[in-house]
Amino acid sequence: MKALAASRRHRLAPVLLVLLALLATGVVYSMIAPAPKAVAEAANADDIATGEALFVANCATCHGINAQGGPAGPSLIGVGAAAVDFQVSSGRMPMSSNGPQAPVKPPQFTGEQTAALAAYVASLGPGPSIPTEEMVDPTLGNAAAGMELFRTNCGQCHNAVGAGGALSEGKYAPSLMDTPPSEIYEAMLTGPQSMPVFNDANITPEEKRDVIAYLVAQREPAAGGLTLGGLGPVSEGLWVWVVGIGLLIGSAIWLGAKSS
Amino acid sequence: MSSKQTPAQGAGVGVRGRDSGTLERFENPGLHPHKPRQADINASAAKRAERQAVTLFAISALASVGAVVGYFMIPLDQTVASVRLSNLTLGVGLGLGMLGFGLAAVHWAKTLMSDVERIDERHDQRGSDETRAEAVQLLKDGAADSGIARRPLLKGAVVGALALAPLPFIVPLVGNLGGDWDVSKLRHTAWRKGRRLAIDPTDTPIRAADVTVGSIFSVMPEGLSEEEHYLEEKAKAVVVLVRVDPRELDENAEHADWAYDGILAFSKICTHVGCPVALYEQQTHHLLCPCHQSTFDVTDGAKVVFGPAKRPLPQLPIAVDDEGYLVAQGDFDEPVGPSFWERLK
Repeated sequence: MKALAASRRHRLAPVLLVLLALLATGVVYSMIAPAPKAVAEAANADDIATGEALFVANCATCHGINAQGGPAGPSLIGVGAAAVDFQVSSGRMPMSSNGPQAPVKPPQFTGEQTAALAAYVASLGPGPSIPTEEMVDPTLGNAAAGMELFRTNCGQCHNAVGAGGALSEGKYAPSLMDTPPSEIYEAMLTGPQSMPVFNDANITPEEKRDVIAYLVAQREPAAGGLTLGGLGPVSEGLWVWVVGIGLLIGSAIWLGAKSS
Repeated sequence: MSSKQTPAQGAGVGVRGRDSGTLERFENPGLHPHKPRQADINASAAKRAERQAVTLFAISALASVGAVVGYFMIPLDQTVASVRLSNLTLGVGLGLGMLGFGLAAVHWAKTLMSDVERIDERHDQRGSDETRAEAVQLLKDGAADSGIARRPLLKGAVVGALALAPLPFIVPLVGNLGGDWDVSKLRHTAWRKGRRLAIDPTDTPIRAADVTVGSIFSVMPEGLSEEEHYLEEKAKAVVVLVRVDPRELDENAEHADWAYDGILAFSKICTHVGCPVALYEQQTHHLLCPCHQSTFDVTDGAKVVFGPAKRPLPQLPIAVDDEGYLVAQGDFDEPVGPSFWERLK
């Protein structure tokens, strides 16, 4: 310690101190502003470039070379990553042919390619981002509260248990029985195709998770036995009139027939 | 077959010829010759039929016992799967118990019990003249004995009491049908000038800035759930709120000032028979009714573009208060929902 104390008047001491202070500042900065963000941003830039290439090759025909929209497709500026993730990971986009509605089909892009496309479209303008795992975890939601919200806001088109239903001129509200929770969340947030937007002021993120919990609970087998698709009087009536009355007629014929 | 001809066994049967009006006669074919069944002529077939009936009875008995055992053995914890299993056991047991019993009884009767054809002759439905005269005399004697012809006051009392007796059933039944008959309630809703629009069911007031283009909000008057007759009032006052691009709206429309910057509020109750109109296609701006597919164009004052509804959905005039929340400018200017007899008076 004596040597250290003696050397503090050394003419290089201030330089050393400044260097130490700079080092400490750097260490503290790197702890306050975490490194992963810098890494993510770097990856994002790559993603955006990849996404742009994919976009130009696969989407620009309809949505325009700069995603500005055209006669065949809407502008994608400001739709956000959530809309891209919903449309592409559910296979709705790219559309195979023009029609009243883009149907669900096997996804055309890998998860990484979808993320790259989402990053590119998100870079065009601010929009809703992809929800985290926790935001769409049905086990964290309240299915009873979700039921009330679903039946007020969603059931009119998607049926009381999410079995889907018809709209006008070939459009329809799809069944939600197999839809992944993240897609349910993104659909509410972005309002794809005919569906209206349910933003966070209308249905808060917690309430959206409740809705997801309710829908996932409908996938359990029902306590009452066969649900016949949950379609109400249509399928139940068909069952009773065709199978039920058919069995009754068969029994009546058997009762009246003579034994051989 | 006319009542004049009562064909006896083996006698000719008359059928009126199509053109001549004369009667053609033919022999009554009678019954088919009796054909013995397998079980009647073949002892092993009879044995087999017996075994089959016994098997069916046994299935029925086992199923009944199974259902009872299942009722006690299957624990009902709070899971859907246990309820499902218990219901399934009870239902299958009960169903097979009944079905097996029924099938066995019918099979037994058809294969083993006597199947010899026999004829039960129909007897006259008309009683003999003596019986008829006796019955008439009995009624006359009873009337004379009661003295109802001689005592008009008693007659009036009986008729009056009989006529009044059903009233305690009928009056409450009819009275409860409508609750009350004050149709003026159908003309007004809970909307007042300055009342905020709130999200159904959370009762959160809505800021105009929070309503993005393309959204739909299910709306009720703020604080309604605290009020008396909440459900009746809500049934009249429910509203759907949508926002469209203001450029889609006609600025010179009659009620252009009822909207706020592309935000439009319409009654949720269909003008056809009152179903909730809430299927919204945000790309075409059409509101659909789920019951009979009436379609309303929200950019054109909710005019009917398809379906059986005859009138546009009533529009709720809205504005924004000092804090930026959406408020009603007043009540609807016409009764909401389907037509009723006194609507135009």
